[in-house]
Amino acid sequence: MIFALQATDLGKRYGRKWALSNCTLDIPTGHVVGLVGPNGAGKTTLLHLAVGLLTPSTGAINVLGEGPATSAEQLGRIGFVAQNTPVYESLSIETHLKMGAALNPKWDSQLAHRRLHDLGLDPSQRAGALSGGQRAQLALTLAIAKRPSLLLLDEPVAALDPLARREFLATLMEVVAENDVSVILSSHVVADLDRVCDYLVVLAAARVQANGEIEDLLNSHHRLVGSRREVDSLPPSAHIVEVSHTERQTTVVVASEDPILDPTWSVEPLTLEDLVLAYMAQAEEQRRELVRTKVGES
Amino acid sequence: MIEFRLNGNSGVSPYQQIVQQVKSALRLGRLRIGDQLPTVKDVVGNIAINPNTVLKAYRELEHEGLVAARPGIGTFVVNSFDDTTYAAQRTLRRSLEVWLEKARRAGLDDESIEALFVDTFLFTPKEVAR
Repeated sequence: MIFALQATDLGKRYGRKWALSNCTLDIPTGHVVGLVGPNGAGKTTLLHLAVGLLTPSTGAINVLGEGPATSAEQLGRIGFVAQNTPVYESLSIETHLKMGAALNPKWDSQLAHRRLHDLGLDPSQRAGALSGGQRAQLALTLAIAKRPSLLLLDEPVAALDPLARREFLATLMEVVAENDVSVILSSHVVADLDRVCDYLVVLAAARVQANGEIEDLLNSHHRLVGSRREVDSLPPSAHIVEVSHTERQTTVVVASEDPILDPTWSVEPLTLEDLVLAYMAQAEEQRRELVRTKVGES
Repeated sequence: MIEFRLNGNSGVSPYQQIVQQVKSALRLGRLRIGDQLPTVKDVVGNIAINPNTVLKAYRELEHEGLVAARPGIGTFVVNSFDDTTYAAQRTLRRSLEVWLEKARRAGLDDESIEALFVDTFLFTPKEVAR
């Protein structure tokens, strides 16, 4: 089986700080993957490792079954749109397309021009004069006209207004509907992701906190609400993600393949946003705990 | 042709929302036998959702015998709900209106009414006496 992205114990260190550590992932092809986590969680690091802009400090990463940037052919199968959807501001849209055609053997000029036409973009226009949404659409056009098998997008919609964001995602979904392409897109905004993604990787504090098909994740995660108590009574198969107590009530987010049968809990489903936030909150709480311990020791 | 919309806060998964919208359009006569459902590409281009979600919804509708996919052409409505329920719907709506009036007069607010309805709906046995 060929994986879109496969990482084994992958880590990247800058000096003494780990930007990514113990990252093990097997992401099958054919998905639209949301890579979510707070700023600084390691999302960009992971994507840069995947395209070969960075080399791992530990472990290994394979993309579409090969090491990143091992050959021109391998690079040709990957479309990458870096953060802030960079384009050459002083060059015209037409020149961008010419450059794409000259640099990519599988370049689909017809597709690129048709997309510009659909977007109502004038090819003679300078890229620097485009709006944020148009620039993002141009960057996406360049990435898909090379006919990649895998598209990697780093925070493609973070800087866009809601309409431009919706239009960008709609275009992206059309691309997925028409082509045999896997997508991995990072985002620190969870809204909108559950409609476009079918696979999720939650990164926080430089580690993978959860990953899998969204449907499976939603089916296996529950919020339990009950009278105040300790949570050691939960079955051992239940992984506790987040716990909070009030004077009289205990709320727990758990991951459990088995149903929670204890009738003293009221079991509620989670939304994708709740699920992501629970993992992020847990990672943040562990970080605070660590700092408090360190400060306490010194 | 119908157009889908997605409610992000409903707690109902996107694929179920599409299934429900097709069914409700069939029930209300906005979709009839022979009508074409929007193509997957059109749906994802309109409401920015994952194409697999649309495919999954269409497959479920196909499985229920309501629509059929004609390869290369599209997905079409081949069956609708039993028309005999249309007549019943009117009287049922009338009795629901009467019930609503009673509930309001008893001092229930909208949320209590909804909670009571949903709760009763979920916890009343589904078997119908025939």
